[in-house]
Amino acid sequence: MSAPSDTAAPPIAVKIVISGGFGVGKTTFVGSISEIEPLITEAEMTERSLGLDDTSAVPGKTTTTVALDFGRITLDDTLLLYLFGTPGQDRFSFLWDDLVDGALGAIVLVDTRRIEDSFPAISYFEENEIPFIVGVNRFAGGLRFDLAEVRDALGIDDIVPIVECDARRRESVKDVLVALTEEILIRRSRPHH
Amino acid sequence: MLTGGRTRPGHDGLRVETPLAAVPAALSAPLRFEARRIVELCQRPHSLADLAAALKAPLGVVRVIVGDLLTDGHLRIEEQPDVLSIDLIERIRDRVRAL
Repeated sequence: MSAPSDTAAPPIAVKIVISGGFGVGKTTFVGSISEIEPLITEAEMTERSLGLDDTSAVPGKTTTTVALDFGRITLDDTLLLYLFGTPGQDRFSFLWDDLVDGALGAIVLVDTRRIEDSFPAISYFEENEIPFIVGVNRFAGGLRFDLAEVRDALGIDDIVPIVECDARRRESVKDVLVALTEEILIRRSRPHH
Repeated sequence: MLTGGRTRPGHDGLRVETPLAAVPAALSAPLRFEARRIVELCQRPHSLADLAAALKAPLGVVRVIVGDLLTDGHLRIEEQPDVLSIDLIERIRDRVRAL
């Protein structure tokens, strides 16, 4: 049911999710390549979030507002790429399903000083069978690890690609996005298990 | 914002990135406040995320208003492919590389 006035092909929107622990560089990563100011919010009535943002008179119920990283890249006239950062704190994990639904794939950013912070993201994408790659974000002054050591520490399959990146650099961010699309193409060519 | 106290959308499964377009008659419909603004923005396709950013409103709030506009036929969803083809994924890769 296309509108009578439609002559151009309708726009296609694809989505890539940027994940990893709190403070790992997701906002920087999205900001390095997005053509818009990356900020949206979500507000939810949550229970068991006492003492976080609000000392509400209603015990056990409060509205929590969370800022979400959001980027948009116009790839061509009919193709839009959206980047969404998952909230980096466990208490906002209820938002993940909504953000991840229909994603082409995911990038899990890792800070080698706090590798364990990225475990929840990796488990999530593994369990939900979402194609992902790992990006080791090199912070100035951070300890350097061999990528094989990072792989060991993360306990991920040899088949999952790990790449180094610098979330502050647009070219580096592009490389990571390209690496994810390559991984998706490889997965498509593998027989189903 | 006027969501009638509802927090769940009438159109479950509408993705945050899916483009939405206003139907031609929507601009002359008696809409108020955010609903009218959404119809104006959707003269060119906008997703829930785009609308939330433009209106500086939480995604969930925009989702509820958009749900009503879809139900009343003022907005339509731009149909998206169920599965992205190899050609399309290669196009994404090549376009990102060329940015």
